[in-house]
Amino acid sequence: MQDTIIQLEGIGKSFKVAKRSAGLVQAAKALLVRDYNVVEALKDISFSIGKGEIVGYIGPNGAGKSTTIKVMSGILVPDEGSCQIMGYTPWTDRVTYVKNIGVVFGQRSQLWWDVPVIDSYELLKDIYKIPRQMYEDNLRMLSETLDLAEFIRTPVRQLSLGQRMRCEIAASLLHSPSLLFLDEPTIGLDAVSKLAVRQFIKTINKEQGVTVILTTHDMADIEALADRILMIGKGTLLYDGSLEQLRGRFGVQEKESLDEMIVQLYKEHQI
Amino acid sequence: MRLYFKYVSILFKSQLQYRASFWLLSFGQFLVPFTVFAGLYFMFERFGQLQGWTFFEAALCFGIIHMAFSLSECFARGFDAFSGLVRRGEFDRLLVRPRSTVLQVLGSQFEFTRVGRMLQSAIVLGWALYSLPVEWNTAKVTTLILMIVGGVFIFAGIYILMATLCFWTIQGLEIANILTDGGREMAQYPLNIYERWVKIFFTYVIPFGCVNYLPLLYILGKQDGNEWFYMLLPLAGILFLLPCLAIWHIGVRHYRSTGS
Repeated sequence: MQDTIIQLEGIGKSFKVAKRSAGLVQAAKALLVRDYNVVEALKDISFSIGKGEIVGYIGPNGAGKSTTIKVMSGILVPDEGSCQIMGYTPWTDRVTYVKNIGVVFGQRSQLWWDVPVIDSYELLKDIYKIPRQMYEDNLRMLSETLDLAEFIRTPVRQLSLGQRMRCEIAASLLHSPSLLFLDEPTIGLDAVSKLAVRQFIKTINKEQGVTVILTTHDMADIEALADRILMIGKGTLLYDGSLEQLRGRFGVQEKESLDEMIVQLYKEHQI
Repeated sequence: MRLYFKYVSILFKSQLQYRASFWLLSFGQFLVPFTVFAGLYFMFERFGQLQGWTFFEAALCFGIIHMAFSLSECFARGFDAFSGLVRRGEFDRLLVRPRSTVLQVLGSQFEFTRVGRMLQSAIVLGWALYSLPVEWNTAKVTTLILMIVGGVFIFAGIYILMATLCFWTIQGLEIANILTDGGREMAQYPLNIYERWVKIFFTYVIPFGCVNYLPLLYILGKQDGNEWFYMLLPLAGILFLLPCLAIWHIGVRHYRSTGS
């Protein structure tokens, strides 16, 4: 097994969620006294990921995928458990740690909306204190492989979703992180952009050895990219293994699509 | 600091995309405090003076506080508009960048349209300075600059406090306006016209008096006591910022443990 880059042990996290009940009287009451439900978002999550892996992190909506990503990227502090990534504990050494990771939230932009993409990149260069030479090399490599040249001087708001996503991914890699978190990178993309994004993820993984963790609902992403699947449901880790193993478990039936297998797996665990 | 100016320059480029809106808003910002100032002018026109303060002395008071206010709205706008940043979930983005949250929030917005307000304050300030029979020396000029700087720090501190509240509740931050707009409205008149408790509040709790009224006494030669003491009082504004920043960090910690 390769060197471990991520080591999670017994991570647990619960949130207090204010109860909402119907009716005006209830709503008025809620102004004064709040009832809370405690929701366990993550329960005893442990796994480790080796350098250079591409891991697909899947699970139904609200299963705890984003929470895990937030813990691993240092945004959230968990209630219990330990997490070691590249020798750092993400939430205690936030500023030094995040220099080594790239994060793409598929639904939120990290680019400045009204200015050309290249201006955002220039600012990111200063935020991450990227040396000029490294910045230029990375920018050239990224704009070649992601085909950014034709719209890199266009304001972000005028880009199509596919173009924007390519720019987002490039933005998260300018500082040469060795670990990349992609939260639903293909959401809403057309077929061409999807394939381009997938191809690119493969390339940087192979050529630069970047470890990639991606969450997605598109099983084709997983099929094309992930050597390994982590499945989470209701805050617990349900499956950890390769795609082949999963296929093997259900008997190799060519007809059965990955989507169907996943649904069966969900059913098995009643989530 | 260099990074901050990079942030500002990218925001400036963004602003330039909407030129008409920029000019209209700046013009509006010029007019708003103008009506307030007109009120001040007509009041003195009618009554001549206000508890021993002449029109130009009060105008100086007005000019300084409005100058500080408009500067703070330019620079600390990111904190003023922070609830939007949290609601849109963009604060998560700031947390995965290797820079301090304070710098990044400051860099998230810069309100260029406040130049209108600034211009208006500058005119009032200039007019008052020109018309007052004050003998200017280095000490007094320094004090004047410190007063404006101290004022900016206090307003910024209030914005930071209110932004911190967003970590606990997203809506209903009208209370912020009570402190910023209210504080500004109060502090644009000499503090001695108010009730005792108002004076105490705006001297010891939110030290507007320390950056405006009290050092103004020194500039106008009305103080009793040590000149140095009055001169350095505006530094209270900077002291005010420190606990605000500490509270901000508590807020960030709370956010990171609750995720809301």
